[in-house]
Amino acid sequence: MQDLAYLFHGFAVVLTPFNFGLMLLGIVLGVIIGVLPGLGAANGIAILLPLTFTMPPTSAIIMLSCIYWGALFGGAIASILFNIPGEPWSVATTFDGYPLAQQGRAGEALTTSFTSSFVGAFFAVVMITFLAPIIARFALRFGPAEYFSVYLLTFCSFVGMGKGSPAKILASMMIGFALSTVGIDIVTGQLRMTFGLVSLLKGFDFLIAVIGLFGIGEILLSMEEGLAFSGATARINPKVVLETWKKLPRYWLTFLRSTVIGIWMGVTPGGATPASFMSYGAAKKFSKDGDKFGTGVVEGLVAPETAAHAAGTSALLPMITLGIPGSPTAAVLLGGLLIWGLQPGPLLFQEKPDFVWGLIASMYLGNVVGLAVVLSLVPAFAAILRIPFAIIAPVIVVICAIGAYTVNNSMHDIWFMLGFGVVGYVFKKLNYPMAPLVLALVLGNAAESSFRQAMLSSQGSLGILFSNGLVGGITTLALVMLFWPLISKGLRGVLPSRAPKTPAEQPVD
Amino acid sequence: MSSIRRRALGVALGVVALAAVASAPVAAWEPTKPIQFIVPAGTGGGADQMARFIQGVVSKHKLTKEPIIVVNESGGAGAQGFLDVKGAKGDPNTIIITLSNLFTTPLATGAPFNWKDFTPVAMLALDEFVLWVNSSEPYKTPTEYINAVKAKPNTFKMGGTGSKQEDQIITAEIEQQTGAKFIYIPLKGGGDVAVQLVGNHINSSVNNPIEAVAQWRAGSLRPLCVFDSKRMDYPAKVTQTTSWHDIPTCKESGLDVEYLMLRGIFMPGGVSQDQVNFYIDLLKKVRETPEWKDFTEKAAFNQSFMTGPEFVKWLTDAETKHKSLMEKAGFLAKK
Repeated sequence: MQDLAYLFHGFAVVLTPFNFGLMLLGIVLGVIIGVLPGLGAANGIAILLPLTFTMPPTSAIIMLSCIYWGALFGGAIASILFNIPGEPWSVATTFDGYPLAQQGRAGEALTTSFTSSFVGAFFAVVMITFLAPIIARFALRFGPAEYFSVYLLTFCSFVGMGKGSPAKILASMMIGFALSTVGIDIVTGQLRMTFGLVSLLKGFDFLIAVIGLFGIGEILLSMEEGLAFSGATARINPKVVLETWKKLPRYWLTFLRSTVIGIWMGVTPGGATPASFMSYGAAKKFSKDGDKFGTGVVEGLVAPETAAHAAGTSALLPMITLGIPGSPTAAVLLGGLLIWGLQPGPLLFQEKPDFVWGLIASMYLGNVVGLAVVLSLVPAFAAILRIPFAIIAPVIVVICAIGAYTVNNSMHDIWFMLGFGVVGYVFKKLNYPMAPLVLALVLGNAAESSFRQAMLSSQGSLGILFSNGLVGGITTLALVMLFWPLISKGLRGVLPSRAPKTPAEQPVD
Repeated sequence: MSSIRRRALGVALGVVALAAVASAPVAAWEPTKPIQFIVPAGTGGGADQMARFIQGVVSKHKLTKEPIIVVNESGGAGAQGFLDVKGAKGDPNTIIITLSNLFTTPLATGAPFNWKDFTPVAMLALDEFVLWVNSSEPYKTPTEYINAVKAKPNTFKMGGTGSKQEDQIITAEIEQQTGAKFIYIPLKGGGDVAVQLVGNHINSSVNNPIEAVAQWRAGSLRPLCVFDSKRMDYPAKVTQTTSWHDIPTCKESGLDVEYLMLRGIFMPGGVSQDQVNFYIDLLKKVRETPEWKDFTEKAAFNQSFMTGPEFVKWLTDAETKHKSLMEKAGFLAKK
């Protein structure tokens, strides 16, 4: 129990007035960064990194990691209120969060998402506190083949979550894959699909597509439908937090499953974005309200938020113990460690216990403080929807444009964003699902390169996807998820006694 | 008394005059708006770390009046950043930090730029490369390892950062020198490579010291040799028993391969010598800070510093070397 002693020492480090002040500052900055689409926690932290040179390293990491927690919380706000994911891992939050807000239940949606985030993060920190060395060794078992099987699992658990025709889902996903190939190909080092245009060199950043498809597309739709937000009728209810909390415990299984998925993806490092998608897909499959997902189901909000926050938190673990970042933000923090003269890696726990345990303690406290800050603002956030559309819409467009520009500091991206806005509008009108496109765009590249790396090392044999228990297990699980509709039908045929049957899935749209 | 006082006054005046003379060229040109510091790579990588480190040191010691703003433009293996700087001809408020992609990106992708489109300011340091294997493997010297690779061609996996960039070029150079055949696996970043090696998913890597040092100290990796003409300068023990200086050069162990990666600063073309001098002076001041000494020791950089014609000659040689290596390996973009 020496760890516990260290942890309490860590709390003492964090609770000095200076560090606590930095923590509050970090949380508030982080929430703002998370709300603004495009800026992103990684960029925000990178910008502030040089300012931390004059601080002791422990104070610096407390502030910067609190920016990260704040951004994780804040990412949900714009997703729920305006259908604009401020961070990549908030995309899945929009699926049920935005419909809830449109029904006038924005306060409930925000409370649910913040609470879920907190639960995910909290369990991830507990895991880091007690199991760090074991989990770190587990992460080492992931080579290219294992990574690919994880991505495959994400795609497979996601298939079938879009409503409507499978052909449209497939078309949407293929467009996403095609867009993800634009730019440099990491395996051959060649430029692909750039048609000699300098503006296409960097490819299509996922955030620009998301800001356009969701944000601008939504505004175009609202303009057509009468220049008003459907959520404008929301009552402002100060007790909404407590009322929502009463309902949440019944989703304990979703919380648990999403936390496990999140921690696993954060450590391996798949990151928060695949975690949120995978968890949403799994919740839809296993929930008895699965066919209502996407129409404003609280459970559909619990799943991605819990997983994203659990992943975001546990992504710091491989950074501390192995010196590999589990997320882009962790990569920047890693740079910070080196600049402050610390060496991340297996020995950091022994050499700088003050630093490590200060960081871990700040994870506990940062999340508690973060939750208190964002929850107290729920009524205020919900009230934003009451501002007339004619005032808020131009503001949103400007914020989207700034966000799109910030991603790569490039004007072309603003044009791409507008183009994606039109695509989003057309997709909505023609009933094409956007989620598969987004998923393929965000994971397409990583999935492709890990597949090709695996094929390089096996010299072209697909057997590598079953070459050991770990990769074989994940691949099999992925295939089971993919063919689950067929398998469950088959099982029902074998076991006819199990009544009552769930009603056949109805297309909702 | 009075003569002493007069002499003291004279000395004081002399000092003032000297100081005025010394500071005169510095005052000749100074940035008039914030300095845009472009990193042609993503956040968190080696070049990004160095740029943000410089930014931090400059603001901590107040070395410039205008702030430095670091901007990442990583698209197309850095082509985005380089093409932007090429387009900013004559703009003295823009600088760019380079890695080997200054040479490799235009050669491998055909992106339209060349180092001669820029004004070389200074070589800040050179990054070393070390041949690493997993410490559970029996190989103690590069010769033992290469012989094992030769005995079973196309089974040993060399992991590295990206494709047709520095790591794969070193691998190709080893193959050309020795006749060994690796399977080269391009991975995303240096930290990734080190961890894949610890997890035994690849057999060796040519990581920079900073990318692998944590795993070396934890006893998971073993350095075989450094791809430099002389041993690294850092005699302080890094692990229990070994220092960077104890790692032999590849050449002295019979593997005649040398490669160093440029960490240099460039400006756009068409700027005046005054403007270049401002940045040379600034970088010299950065190199004199205690933070810089600490940083370079941690990263085990080769601390060469070059400016002017000496630097241009180095660049010319490096370009020729990259061209011939990449041509032999078949890495050049098809015209």
